[in-house]
Amino acid sequence: MPLSPSEPLIRARGLVKTFGDFTAVDGIDVDVHPGESFGFLGPNGAGKSSTMRMIGCVSPPTGGSLRILGMDPGTQGPAIRARLGVVPQRDSLDEELTVEENIWVYGRYFGLPRPVVRERAAELLEFAQLSERARSVVEPLSGGMKRRLTIARALVNTPQILLLDEPTTGLDPQARHVLWDRLFRLKREGVTLVLTTHYMDEAEQLCDRLVVMDHGRIVAEGSPRALIAEHSTREVLELRFDTHDHTAHLADVDGIADRVEVLPDRLLLYTPDGESAQSEIARRGIEPLSSLVRRSTLEDVFLHLTGRTLVD
Amino acid sequence: MASDLEVTTDRAQRLAGGGWQAVAVHWLRKYRRVWVSTLITSSLSPLLYLAGMGIGLGMLVDRGAGGVGGVPYVVFVAPGLLAASTLQVAAGETTFSVLGSIKWTPIYHGMLATPLRVRDVVLGQLVYVLLRVTSAAIVFFVIAAALGTVRSWWGLLAVPVSVLGGMAFASCCFAYSANLRNDQGIMLMFRFVVMPMSLFSGTFFPIEQLPGWLQPVAWVTPLWHAVEACRALVLGTATVGGVLVHCAYLAVWLVGGYLLSVRVLRGRMVV
Repeated sequence: MPLSPSEPLIRARGLVKTFGDFTAVDGIDVDVHPGESFGFLGPNGAGKSSTMRMIGCVSPPTGGSLRILGMDPGTQGPAIRARLGVVPQRDSLDEELTVEENIWVYGRYFGLPRPVVRERAAELLEFAQLSERARSVVEPLSGGMKRRLTIARALVNTPQILLLDEPTTGLDPQARHVLWDRLFRLKREGVTLVLTTHYMDEAEQLCDRLVVMDHGRIVAEGSPRALIAEHSTREVLELRFDTHDHTAHLADVDGIADRVEVLPDRLLLYTPDGESAQSEIARRGIEPLSSLVRRSTLEDVFLHLTGRTLVD
Repeated sequence: MASDLEVTTDRAQRLAGGGWQAVAVHWLRKYRRVWVSTLITSSLSPLLYLAGMGIGLGMLVDRGAGGVGGVPYVVFVAPGLLAASTLQVAAGETTFSVLGSIKWTPIYHGMLATPLRVRDVVLGQLVYVLLRVTSAAIVFFVIAAALGTVRSWWGLLAVPVSVLGGMAFASCCFAYSANLRNDQGIMLMFRFVVMPMSLFSGTFFPIEQLPGWLQPVAWVTPLWHAVEACRALVLGTATVGGVLVHCAYLAVWLVGGYLLSVRVLRGRMVV
């Protein structure tokens, strides 16, 4: 293996992807280390999926350098893909086949012998909590089940890196939690996870380290906690007023918080102590429709860095 | 998970993946769900065609003109129908399934996320189509022979020749379908390419009946070459050279279509 123990599993330097005049990924540097759970956080169109497709060796980079498992995706694509597991944004299951058949045919793509594939499929369906549906055709299954099957299928070759492009987008809350639980187990088993998401709670749950992307660039990097500490305050006071334009209330709250953000439907007051800020509001005689103290999230980090919300 | 399993897994992964064989296995597994109904269709359609065209229409032709080229019309038309229906099955297997695997149920995306290469995806599916088309041609031939329309033992070779004709067209169909944005293009192709070609490539009447300017068009189509070769073999009038020329022409289409398909699919999927 050309990969030395200290080298990252994924190393990108000045990575660029353009489609005609449009620059999807605009010179990013990324290192992902073994056993790490790494996230790309950003809104739609930030360049996350384009980056994932380049790492998955199905999309040739336009510029910069990219090495995966110590190999060059341009010339060693099949060898790299043999050791990746890919969960694409849109499920690519064969909906006419059964759950177990999907894993069987996929295992054969990797050249795994038939008995190995059968045994792996049984284990993986157990892991994905799909054993009882093994003989069901895929088409009528729920979104959450299909997603779990896609993840189970991606593990058939015991990959060194699992790539997940928006693993829980479009799922209901319960299905998301089941999926997170499964991914958390993989992480504990030492599988290197690389995922994209535009949900901050997902990034906070799953990622040891993440980069925040916007317009094809990386605007911040670190652990979720470090990013919040660096770019936000400990707590946030959210105030809603009965008004069309919340800018009008900026003067009222002047001096109460370290920083104030104006959203169309509320004011966000960034402060280390939300309750003190709340009492100060009451003392000044300001009467908002609602007032809520919460902890800072990555959403606040993103808002601070880009001036926009993540999910619009 | 079990460590001995991981050792086997590891060794297998050092190979370059499952190759086109894995893709063919996938398509065969899909086919297992529908084979009964396709078997019924592929035996009913030759029966209907041979009864309707060969025997019904043939009675008029034979009464009026004394057959075609000295043989009863049903004997004349059977090898033409063999080649034309084989080509239609081949086209049917490389249109919706190709576009669908890109757009509706994106299974090509799944394949290309593994060690498989674009050429494995194309070749594997064409190998499946080859098996599918061969079985349809055999069924057709057996029924045609049972109706007494095969005049020579050389006629057995009409099966591989008609399959070659079907595959020559299928490989180009694959490239065409892989380039489509929606299924309208498939309808158009069946209406304005497959149908006219089936009618005017010597299937139902010799192309000498066509207006002079249309005959060269028929010579270009793969179907005319398949029909000519099949008919000569079935009637026992074939010359080795003639059949080889037709087959060589079809082989050019087959290889050209395959190369084009790989190129088009790569352009569509690897971006």
